[in-house]
Amino acid sequence: MTAVTSVAPKRGRNVELALLMLAIGIIVVAYINVELALHGSLPPDLLYLVGGVAGVALIFHLVLRWRASYADPLILPIAVLLNGMGLVMIHRLDIAAGRSITGGLAFKQLTWTVIGVVIALTVLITLRDHRVLRRYTYTAALGALILLLLPLVPGLGKSAYGSRIWISVGGFSFQPAEIAKILLAIFFAGYLVQTRDVLSLAGRKVLGITFPRMRDLGPILFAWLISIAILVFETDLGTSLLLFGLFVSMLYVATERVSWIAIGLTLTAAGAYVAYLLFGHVQRRVLCWLDPFSPEGVDQCGQITTGLMGMASGGLLGHGLGQGRPWLTPLPESDYIFPSFGEEIGLVGVFALLLLYVLLVERGMRTAIGLRDGFGKLLAAGLAFVIALQVFVVVGGVTRVIPLTGLTLPFLSYGGSSLLTNWTLIALLLRISDHARRPVPDVDPADISSDTPTEVVKVA
Amino acid sequence: MSALTLLVLRLGVLLLLWLFVFAIVGVLRSDLYGTRVVARTAVADTGGRRRRRARPTARRATTEPSHLVVTSGSLAGTTLTLKPNGTLIGRNPECTLVLDDDFSSGRHARLFAEGSHWYVEDLGSTNGTFLGSQQVTGPTQVHIGSSIRVGRTVLELRK
Repeated sequence: MTAVTSVAPKRGRNVELALLMLAIGIIVVAYINVELALHGSLPPDLLYLVGGVAGVALIFHLVLRWRASYADPLILPIAVLLNGMGLVMIHRLDIAAGRSITGGLAFKQLTWTVIGVVIALTVLITLRDHRVLRRYTYTAALGALILLLLPLVPGLGKSAYGSRIWISVGGFSFQPAEIAKILLAIFFAGYLVQTRDVLSLAGRKVLGITFPRMRDLGPILFAWLISIAILVFETDLGTSLLLFGLFVSMLYVATERVSWIAIGLTLTAAGAYVAYLLFGHVQRRVLCWLDPFSPEGVDQCGQITTGLMGMASGGLLGHGLGQGRPWLTPLPESDYIFPSFGEEIGLVGVFALLLLYVLLVERGMRTAIGLRDGFGKLLAAGLAFVIALQVFVVVGGVTRVIPLTGLTLPFLSYGGSSLLTNWTLIALLLRISDHARRPVPDVDPADISSDTPTEVVKVA
Repeated sequence: MSALTLLVLRLGVLLLLWLFVFAIVGVLRSDLYGTRVVARTAVADTGGRRRRRARPTARRATTEPSHLVVTSGSLAGTTLTLKPNGTLIGRNPECTLVLDDDFSSGRHARLFAEGSHWYVEDLGSTNGTFLGSQQVTGPTQVHIGSSIRVGRTVLELRK
């Protein structure tokens, strides 16, 4: 016998402010460390930089106080710290590559950060209630589909590093699949909240697991086909895995049925095996995953082997920021930023970064549990899964847990589209968590009496 | 720059990162919200806490009922403090006493006070509200100890 009582949370805005200060402090210490190691003197622009980063964080904090005062106090400091650590590492790689401050990637990343924060704030201020998004369930699906197909449009799409996932408009290149992630999370949440009863109740039991009916398999097969299509036509294994993983995990959250995970894993395995048989680049990836140090592996897997060597030379405590040689690996600031960190802050530091991701995902899941509406629950869980899956795919790829696929590590990696998307995602999570933690207004029972009809329908 | 400064900074970054992680975990520990499930079998414990909170009402007049007790049904053993602005009973989650009873309506009945007397009123429920064996049609006065039946649940007012 149990009773359910509700517990009102603390707002935690002051805690958030304190943690933000700590996060900014860590970024500053890391930056000083890089500059001292590489130039031997304190950077002249330190004050501007600290002021800029602290200003952006403070503005975000004040908007939260203003518009979402019950939002989760831990999400923003974690995001700021990860973003700042990424900036420091990118700056450090800029110096190593001989790029100037204004022409470097760090400056671009900083610009994208500011744009990302501005967009996130716009989302927070304009979107007062996340449930509005449910109205756009199918619009979001259409938008995501168009965004996913855009890179295939001749003239607009652009191939780079063997995949066709960029579009370039007027000198700017952008990965539309990044934004599609959020739109798909909205679509999946809206769709599953409608259909989850059918998906979870109908079906027959085989070996203790309830399997769905054939006709209910339609959506999962459709999602699978789309991700296969991305894999085949855009040769982007990472996005394909992410989208399908997102769908399967949200399906599981919505229905609580293990059979969906079994079906999802079977489909993934089947798709991966067929892709392995058909495509040369997938075969290369698998070779680099299973045996990068074999004679043919050493020829083809330079990136993965140097990345592993980098992390190995970092050891437990790392060489210290600015004192390793992470630039030896190709793409050290985007796909391979994790090994760059592994080399310079070691296993101990990298575990701290991973824990930050774990905590960020945990906050998303906690928000989902605390919410009272089904759509929001699924959306928050889906957004948390987007982060979790991305981290798993990237870190798993560079540490040879799974075959390497090109995805960016949220907030740490260099990449404008990824930053914009992740800040928007954080804004949505904050908005939803504000809803989850805000105490329910007390319903006054005296207002409800037998004289008033239950519902008044005004007929014109 | 001296090697010592760099060593201190290098370890300092790691220490600060972990300090941040532990600070967050520390906040997590105190950050409880949402709904809490309380074991109803430990009536002695929760009841004691409730009674302490309800003391101001109880002290006002000893003859006034201050508690609503579920005596039979799936929620048997539950006690609620009566609020002066009334208590709503039903299956709707908005109700003060949320029943887990298939035979009760969403908003089944209401208890309210007029002066020092308490009344029960049926809110148009499907299966009706009974005071003793009498079906409640309008607001009816309830005395301490008389049983109110809502669906399969029996309630009682206590001091």
